[in-house]
Amino acid sequence: MYRYDAYDKAMLTDRSNEFRHQVARRLAGEITEDQFKPLRLMNGLYLQLHAYMLRVAIPYGTLSTRQLRRLAWVAKTYDKGYGHFTTRTNLQLHWIKLRDAPDVMDALAEVDLHAIQTSGNCIRNVTADPYAGATADEVDDPRVWAEVIRQWSTFHPEFSYLPRKFKIAVTASAKDRTAARSYDIGLQLRRGRDGALGFEVMVGGGQGRSPFLAKTVRESLPAGWLLSYLEAIIRVYNRHGRRDNIHKARIKILVNSLGVEEFTRQVEAEWAKIDSATSDLPDTELARIRGAFHPNTFQTLPPVSHAFEAALADPDFARFARRNVHPHKIPGYAIVDVSLKAPGQTPGDCSSEQMEAIADLADQYSFGEVRVNYTQNLVLPHVKLDDLPALHAALKAVDLASANIDLITDIIACPGLDYCSLANARAIPVAQAIAQRFADPERAEAIGELKVKISGCINACGHHHLGNIGILGVDKKGEEFYQISLGGSGDNDATLAEILGPAVHFSKVPDAVETLVDTYLSQRQGGERFLDTLRRTGLTPFKEALYADAD
Amino acid sequence: MPTLISIEGDKAVAADDVFAFVADEDPIPASGDIIVTLARFQSEGDGLLAAGRRVGVRLQPSEDVEALAYDLPRIALIELAFPKFRDGRPYSAARLLRERLSYGGQVRAVGDVLREQAQFMLRCGFDAFIPSDGSGPEEWKAATRRYRHVYQRGADHRPPIYAERAGAASPVKEEFEHGL
Repeated sequence: MYRYDAYDKAMLTDRSNEFRHQVARRLAGEITEDQFKPLRLMNGLYLQLHAYMLRVAIPYGTLSTRQLRRLAWVAKTYDKGYGHFTTRTNLQLHWIKLRDAPDVMDALAEVDLHAIQTSGNCIRNVTADPYAGATADEVDDPRVWAEVIRQWSTFHPEFSYLPRKFKIAVTASAKDRTAARSYDIGLQLRRGRDGALGFEVMVGGGQGRSPFLAKTVRESLPAGWLLSYLEAIIRVYNRHGRRDNIHKARIKILVNSLGVEEFTRQVEAEWAKIDSATSDLPDTELARIRGAFHPNTFQTLPPVSHAFEAALADPDFARFARRNVHPHKIPGYAIVDVSLKAPGQTPGDCSSEQMEAIADLADQYSFGEVRVNYTQNLVLPHVKLDDLPALHAALKAVDLASANIDLITDIIACPGLDYCSLANARAIPVAQAIAQRFADPERAEAIGELKVKISGCINACGHHHLGNIGILGVDKKGEEFYQISLGGSGDNDATLAEILGPAVHFSKVPDAVETLVDTYLSQRQGGERFLDTLRRTGLTPFKEALYADAD
Repeated sequence: MPTLISIEGDKAVAADDVFAFVADEDPIPASGDIIVTLARFQSEGDGLLAAGRRVGVRLQPSEDVEALAYDLPRIALIELAFPKFRDGRPYSAARLLRERLSYGGQVRAVGDVLREQAQFMLRCGFDAFIPSDGSGPEEWKAATRRYRHVYQRGADHRPPIYAERAGAASPVKEEFEHGL
């Protein structure tokens, strides 16, 4: 993975020193909470319901084991011994004390971690395909481009006070694993017929109260012009995005009020005036960044592993292999998803002990690399097939071997009213109750791919608009109710979920989900997934089943 | 009276503000250098300049700098107003003035102007500030020097890290002080 040089490290040291100075001014009473708020927010420090929450950036979801161990140590030393991986592949620590925050920043900076631009109306931490550098279907390693964007966007002088937050995702695979169309800018890298790399540039996606899928403004942008083109898009947005209403300030509103043709025309006109020689990186620097990723040296292995094949006799292992193991670009290796969704667990939570265990396993089996997936799971990207049985056994020992990737128990949920000051309702207990209901792994696998996503409020951090079953918490006269939507997808066939009908009470959510699942199973034809059946039948049978039950 | 801070070379100094801002509803004073709104400059600019005084223009964030493109050589200074520090439009305006329109006069930040914005403002081409947080030249100088390096080119001609990696010297690096 990318190794920070002295310059990259100096940026983090200087940031950490600045933050220590700002906290000292606050603790000494030299500045008020109002004045301090924008400063702490720029460092990822939020004031939540019970305490400060620190959102640590994990650039494009890539962690070294040294970094993961440091996160484990920080969680143990300054928090309650666990952290929460989010849908933006960051790690949130929910119980940080203000006076400790500067020491936490220093501890993070020592291992090239930080909380820069994890909040505020700036370009946020960039996300990329969690299987980058490992999957066979990519045309290039998207992390290189994500790192290019990370450096360019860090403390960008012109774009640090945008109308609203700004999120960018990069993928270089035919199969989108980033939900790119739900981003302010989604970048899909492809090779043209001439072999050159080009980005499909999609702009104006977003969830929240007005969900939109991003629209394509460029089919194929020559990759070397990425930064000047981003500059053009974001300058148009910075100058013309709405600032009078926080709910209409995202770029999705600008794109949709202008129309994609007019928005594109403005971007192209701005781009024509930008000098590529000063705005784009020289090829030598692109090459340096690429080289700084220090590619792993893989062994030459047979594509079939006898140890792996023999272990398939164990039904638990076989299920793990079916659900959590994916093809690697190098014969004899595999990509392994580590589910943070054991039944009863808070989706995305990981204890310090588990982080340390995963770090040990990554050192032993995966070139010391760990990835964070926006689905709130972790990934060991480079595991030998021969090692899979031992890895599975070791994961089982720390309760991290749930074989449920993309199944009904692999639920995305935001922190909800258990932590978040914006929430209207809890999300975590709903996720736990659904996961308990479908805890039988055979049953979950028989149901097949079914993505359940839960948000505790309309801000949609739990991606409910993209859920095959999307669940949104609402407050009805002090009681928690949940609005159910169907048919969302964050994949290549991205769609927004549609609301099914009246919200159901907290206690009825697992029953409602079970009714929807039973309806699907009764309607399913052949190998259809839940989403396929739903798209064929439409909402009606699901609506009838759910609300007939309610009567 | 609020402090005007001006950047001279690599120093931040307190400066005398000889310009008076004249609101649209107020009469133009008989003499002296003035700053007027864009609307007033567009309707009365020629006459004001003919009177042998220096004239500056204050732009609100919603007003495009391009509106002044052909007048820039005769405008002594441009004030970019920050109604709220969170309003980031003047950063784009300043960069366009410097980099696209080659404006060489003073570009001044007024309104909700805080020391925490110093580095960003300087990097976008502002060279004068009227802070609203009581900060003075010392604080501004310190605030502009907290970072030894920058990742991207701006209007301030600091070499970005990628140029430093390739051998360019950073003007800030040599005199960087860690004490904050």
